[in-house]
Amino acid sequence: MPGLYVIIAGAGKVGWNLARELLERGDEVTVIEQDRRRYLTVEQELEHAVQYGDATELWVLERAGIQRADLVVAVTGDDEDNLLICQVAKEKYLCERIIARCNNPRNLVHFKLLGIQPAVSATDLILRLIEHEVPRYGLVHLLDLPEERLEIIELVVGDGCEAAGQRVADLNLPDGALVISVLRDGSGFVPKADSVVEAGDEVLVVLDPGLEEDITRLFVSNGAGG
Amino acid sequence: MFVLVVGAGRVGSSVATSALRAGHTVSVLDEDPLSHERLDVELGASWEEAGGRFTIGTALELDALTEAGIENADVFIASTNGDNTNLVVSQLAQRRFEVPRVIARILDPRRAAWYAEQGVHTVCPTQIAIEQLEKAALA
Repeated sequence: MPGLYVIIAGAGKVGWNLARELLERGDEVTVIEQDRRRYLTVEQELEHAVQYGDATELWVLERAGIQRADLVVAVTGDDEDNLLICQVAKEKYLCERIIARCNNPRNLVHFKLLGIQPAVSATDLILRLIEHEVPRYGLVHLLDLPEERLEIIELVVGDGCEAAGQRVADLNLPDGALVISVLRDGSGFVPKADSVVEAGDEVLVVLDPGLEEDITRLFVSNGAGG
Repeated sequence: MFVLVVGAGRVGSSVATSALRAGHTVSVLDEDPLSHERLDVELGASWEEAGGRFTIGTALELDALTEAGIENADVFIASTNGDNTNLVVSQLAQRRFEVPRVIARILDPRRAAWYAEQGVHTVCPTQIAIEQLEKAALA
């Protein structure tokens, strides 16, 4: 596969390391950095692969050859700048692939509204990891497909909870939720209607978004909520 | 009319003050409390006592925009000191909050021109200065 031509806006830690890895892979890279001192530092290593300028200025993007870029990655420390760079790359220069860094996860909705996808937020990723590593009520999001309105969660069946000791068919699950797998003693099985769920099992549930609380209630030990 | 001004520097505070004097409902959102003082000075009276509203917050915070009343705004003016902030927040006002009239102050003539083609009402002081200077110098 021939290498890509990638423009990276922002030569901070993310941009610089990304450039290194892509160059190593054999891709062609131009990094754009607007801070003169940072530019001079990075230039010592990346040489002609870094240019000095404000990547939100159209002429700077044009000078970097945006018309022939396969991919534009905006990873500056400023979300407005990243949004703008990607919007212009996509809509003015018709670059097919863009990737934006979102510094403040609360801004993710703005990236979505303006069609700037994918937008990557390190903070958001770490938050999800925290949820995965230290789940509240033993609930883990395994899959989230908000566009398709589908998610899969993993739950631990708590001692003395409503679901413990019940047949799957008798679980009081809301419409739009289904137990698709039960993990017990290190192995899993697909439950039938008469399979019994026991305390300590881990169950995988596929569900429509928004049903989490109703489902969690069935699996949490009495008194463990709050 | 209900006018919401985001960014009350020299331009934003002047427009906000004249809108208030003209009898409109005016709300100002700015991250710097100093800009509130500028409003008082320009008005020669207390901004709130004269009926103005002021919210401290940044332009992209949905909570701040809501507190400043964006849901009821008839006119939205983006006049922070950042072109990109103005372009992003004015598109939010248009697409998310469906404010009927949205205007963005954009200093860079090329960005102003391109976004104008995309349907953002931009005002470019730099372009105006260029034209006036050319007229004054070369006429």
